[in-house]
Amino acid sequence: MSLTVTWFLLLGAALFSIGVAGVLIRRNALVMFMSIELMLNAVTLTFVAVSKDLGLIEGQVAAVFVMVVAAAEVTIGLAIIVAVFRTRSSANVDELAEMKG
Amino acid sequence: MAETIVFIIFAAVALVGAIGMVTASNSVYSAMGLLTTMFSLAVMYLLLDAPFVAVVQVIIYAGAVMTLFLFVIMMIGVDKSDAYGAQLPIQRAMTAVVAAGFFAAVALAGRAVWVTGSSAFGRPNLYGSAEAVADEIFGTWTVVFLSIVMLLTIAAIGTIALAYFHLGSTEEEASR
Repeated sequence: MSLTVTWFLLLGAALFSIGVAGVLIRRNALVMFMSIELMLNAVTLTFVAVSKDLGLIEGQVAAVFVMVVAAAEVTIGLAIIVAVFRTRSSANVDELAEMKG
Repeated sequence: MAETIVFIIFAAVALVGAIGMVTASNSVYSAMGLLTTMFSLAVMYLLLDAPFVAVVQVIIYAGAVMTLFLFVIMMIGVDKSDAYGAQLPIQRAMTAVVAAGFFAAVALAGRAVWVTGSSAFGRPNLYGSAEAVADEIFGTWTVVFLSIVMLLTIAAIGTIALAYFHLGSTEEEASR
């Protein structure tokens, strides 16, 4: 039973699906944000797995770039969550409905 | 065969961590689940001959990003009903076990070539090593690298702006 790229792709798909479920069923902004991070990690895993399968290094470069972009995104996202919490005293996204049409 | 066993173990750990993150009622447990998943993914990167990406995963995600998450959770997210009181003796014993395991892991890692590197000059440019990734980033993808530097700078400025202007408005409210 040898380890092929399919296993890693399946694991990435499973983690991405769990992340999607997390965004959909949780209403705490922080946990939703963590689920988004989980999805980014799953995609990074597929990048690296396919990179190894094709014998290329570009997938690992893409993985590093994704991590840097995720770090920038976390910085801004958490700053927004903290700013919202300071005005609303809540991290529940259902209570942020002012812009509803 | 050994690689398959390692994959199965850490895939299971990653999935348990992810499911735990989504289902945990306490945000701190969610963060711990995500941390577990990220460490498992670092092991996956080692299996995929990507030691540099694995190290970056641990430093950036498990280190910086999760610390930021925990900081914000401690600031806004923890329910008062979840306060633990004084259950510290159990945690102290667990901490001792974890610290011993960490020491053993570091001592083992010090013997691995991908951590220490080979001492000879002119060593080959191994697939997935820091040298190989750096060659690619600073050779082929220089423009992308510079754009990402710009993005990080903008993100830092944006965060400072968010904090600063919000602080200004609360001071106005407080002075009224």
